[in-house]
Amino acid sequence: MAGNNPNSKPMNLTLKVWRQKNSQATGKLETYNIKNISPEMSFLEMMDVLNEDLLLQGIDPVAFDHDCREGICGMCSLYINGRAHGPERGTTTCQLHMRKFSDGDTITIEPWRAGPFPILKDLCTDRSALDRIQQAGGYISVNTGGVPDANEIPIPKSIADKAFDAATCIQCGACVAACKNGSAMLFTSAKVSQLALLPQGKVERKTRVENMVAQMDKEGFGACTNIGSCAAECPVGISLENIAMLNREYINASFTSENV
Amino acid sequence: MILDSKIPEGPLAEKWEKHKFNVKLVNPANKRKYDIIVVGTGLAGASAAATLAELGYNVKAFCYQDSPRRAHSIAAQGGINAAKNYQNDGDSVYRLFYDTIKGGDYRAREANVYRLAQVSVNIIDQCVAQGVPFAREYGGLLANRSFGGAQVSRTFYARGQTGQQLLLGAYSALNRQIAYGKVKMYPRTEMLDLVMVDGQARGIVTRHLVTGKIESHSAHAVILATGGYGNVFYLSTNAMGSNATAAWRAYKKGALFANPCFTQIHPTCIPVSGGYQSKLTLMSESLRNDGRVWVPKAVGDNRAPQDIPEDERDYFLERKYPSFGNLVPRDVASRNAKLACDEGRGVGTTKLAVYLDFADVIKRDGLNTVVQKYGNLFDMYAKITGENPYEQPMRIYPAVHYTMGGLWVDYNLMTTIPGLYATGECNFSDHGANRLGASALMQGLADGYFVIPYTIGDYLAQNPTARIETSHPAFKEAEAAVQTEVNRLLNVNGTRTVDDFHKALGLLMWDYCGMARNAEGLQYAKQEIRKLRDEFWRDVKILGVNEELNVTLEKAGRVADFLELGELMVDDALNRNESCGGHFREEYQTPENEALRDDENYTYVAAWQYTGTNQQPVLHKEELKFENVKLTQRSYK
Ligand SMILES: Cc1cc2nc3c(=O)[nH]c(=O)nc-3n(C[C@H](O)[C@H](O)[C@H](O)COP(=O)(O)OP(=O)(O)OC[C@H]3O[C@@H](n4cnc5c(N)ncnc54)[C@H](O)[C@@H]3O)c2cc1C
Ligand code: SF4
Ligand code: FES
Repeated sequence: MAGNNPNSKPMNLTLKVWRQKNSQATGKLETYNIKNISPEMSFLEMMDVLNEDLLLQGIDPVAFDHDCREGICGMCSLYINGRAHGPERGTTTCQLHMRKFSDGDTITIEPWRAGPFPILKDLCTDRSALDRIQQAGGYISVNTGGVPDANEIPIPKSIADKAFDAATCIQCGACVAACKNGSAMLFTSAKVSQLALLPQGKVERKTRVENMVAQMDKEGFGACTNIGSCAAECPVGISLENIAMLNREYINASFTSENV
Repeated sequence: MILDSKIPEGPLAEKWEKHKFNVKLVNPANKRKYDIIVVGTGLAGASAAATLAELGYNVKAFCYQDSPRRAHSIAAQGGINAAKNYQNDGDSVYRLFYDTIKGGDYRAREANVYRLAQVSVNIIDQCVAQGVPFAREYGGLLANRSFGGAQVSRTFYARGQTGQQLLLGAYSALNRQIAYGKVKMYPRTEMLDLVMVDGQARGIVTRHLVTGKIESHSAHAVILATGGYGNVFYLSTNAMGSNATAAWRAYKKGALFANPCFTQIHPTCIPVSGGYQSKLTLMSESLRNDGRVWVPKAVGDNRAPQDIPEDERDYFLERKYPSFGNLVPRDVASRNAKLACDEGRGVGTTKLAVYLDFADVIKRDGLNTVVQKYGNLFDMYAKITGENPYEQPMRIYPAVHYTMGGLWVDYNLMTTIPGLYATGECNFSDHGANRLGASALMQGLADGYFVIPYTIGDYLAQNPTARIETSHPAFKEAEAAVQTEVNRLLNVNGTRTVDDFHKALGLLMWDYCGMARNAEGLQYAKQEIRKLRDEFWRDVKILGVNEELNVTLEKAGRVADFLELGELMVDDALNRNESCGGHFREEYQTPENEALRDDENYTYVAAWQYTGTNQQPVLHKEELKFENVKLTQRSYK
């Protein structure tokens, strides 16, 4: 059935999957053997095959979050062989393909592990803390209507491109899962940088950074000690420069705070 | 039932202005007395929820994902149209209107489309003010690109992720209102029924996807912004969870469903590679700006693409449509790819693919330029296929992408149920029989930011009612019905999985109600869908209970609805004895295989009324009047 590589052979794999009935239950790794996995399959398609097998055996299928399967919605979130989103750099779980694995491999699959992300079931976690950080200030306060013509605010391409790079964060939380302190600095800094770089966002830059950082702390995310595992595991390549920018914005704001 | 589209009187260009002046207003102090439910937080829903909250209404917003920012709009790649004419290349509101009507093969309402073109310019201003990082030129001004079905550059874009950036803009506006307490957000919550009191939409019943809790929410009006139903085909470019449930349950409560068979099959998607395939990935239409579509001239030519010399290649779109070339509308491009494959000239191991080749543009503009423009799409292609598109042409094939059909709405975006509105892809309103690229994002945001905030006020001002408690019998009845349906699913205890049924339905739909349809095939499909539906209710296997995170149960409810909707799509396709846009009936084509419309008999919107399970629905017709454009055979030659 293979699409492009007629030589690719199906694989047999051993999966160790975190099973946990709900947020109160204690979980454990269960072992499943799975056969005939085509290297052309995506990782989540392999999980689909596992789930169809389990269902037919009368075993509750493994719950995992996913939606777009295109690497953009940020919903998929598996910790594979000890790495957030698995072994391939710059790739979300849903874009990871089985050709990155070999016949006979054992693959360990766990949920994101971080205090502020409680496990809901199996591999699904509650990441609403990230939404609340955004609600604390990740916006420009304009109402609909009554705004200037789009081309009245020229923005140098280099600045626009930089803001864009920061804006590509998909809010998956891999940075938190990858960090031994469970820090959400990379995520928070991406929004802070995007809006601080753009002229439209400058007006509220001080209150924004203060409020977003305060919310981050309130949610129980850990402190940043500049290890950089976050950026190494970020599927869209959000850079550590954003954390430096957040720190500058924060210091600047604390000297001349407008939060009254 | 008489379908009243409520199109305002007067010249086309003045209708919306006049209407805005004539609508009743709710005074600012009174707005806080009204509650509005918005189901869906994609572009259409998030923009409406934020704007209505800014105006002072109390909003409750719902989505099935864990965060509103993950709605399927996030996945849109290519861009958003607007008649800004920043490029000074002859664009105007009228031209965008005209292109959209023509692109839709003359099956959309003039007044709606004109309004869409008018407000398109405000959308770009709004998004920039929110900090949406659109692509810019070196001088700091906004950049544009071209899309299919247009000869001007009016598409604004944010690399290959315009949907994400626009949605993050709307999401940020929504977040601001959540922080103010004006919007209460319910993620991981699925609407399973509409509640009506005295003939008006007054609330919804939901199931919480983690706890299984079934709950009622009351309001003065309900907006459905729940997206399209392309997943009826199982394989599509939609997100895995995209579904028809909210719209379908509204249909069963009396809202008419319009043009259900109008489906868009997008020409440039990564082809199916195996039976395990769970979804199809779009390669943005923007690639057709520079990519050239071709197949070998000879049937059965199995050489690698680089070994096929230039004069043995057939660049069939450039050959057949010299003036639009690779940028013909989607329905035309898809059909021609299918034709080439049907002739035995398809490529790749499955022979169900054509090439999209970038060798020329790489030679012309350099590798760097191509990386800049399309880098993330090329990377995505490489990740999925394991092939390098910088070195060999992409293989692409059409896939289900968008549904032009949806809940019937009038000019105010209200369905046939008073107080129930439908916006974005969920309604049928603006794209006729074929949507032009970059126009869905435009429509979703137009509806949410600039249309519904006016029109909903008109309804509320004229129907001032008190709040209703969810202890009202109508809510209790609806909750009980939802609970019964859930139990019914859980009690089947059969042997076949939900996905298995879904795949079987998808195949039927693709084979008989997909890119090409005919009466015989459609009749066959109708019988088969009925059989499949019966079997589903006899033999589906769902484990577990309601009171937990139960993914199979969630899917089962959605597939049960698709099994009904599929039949309605077939009915609609059977009824429409003509070809238009994405609806191609093989019996009705020109000698050159183009869609052959029958304007005499089918210049209408087909709006279907539910009459009961396994009963024939009743057809209502809204005649379309064209006062400004002349109906012609679409030509892209
Ligand atoms: C891959 C892809 C690329 C595209 N690219 C472009 C492009 O470049 N330009 C363009 O103009 N268009 C594009 N489109 C089309 C466009 O993205 C969609 O038509 C549009 O985003 C739909 O927006 P929406 O707000 O109507 O619905 P969606 O964004 O689909 O949102 C639906 C919302 O409803 C919620 N929902 C659904 N059912 C329920 C329920 N029962 N209960 C509670 N909540 C529910 C979901 O959680 C979600 O929040 C693309 C589409 C795809 C699939
Ligand atoms: S910064 Fe990267 S890893 Fe963190 S949430 Fe954003 S995209 Fe995910
Ligand atoms: S499922 Fe959307 S990013 Fe992976």
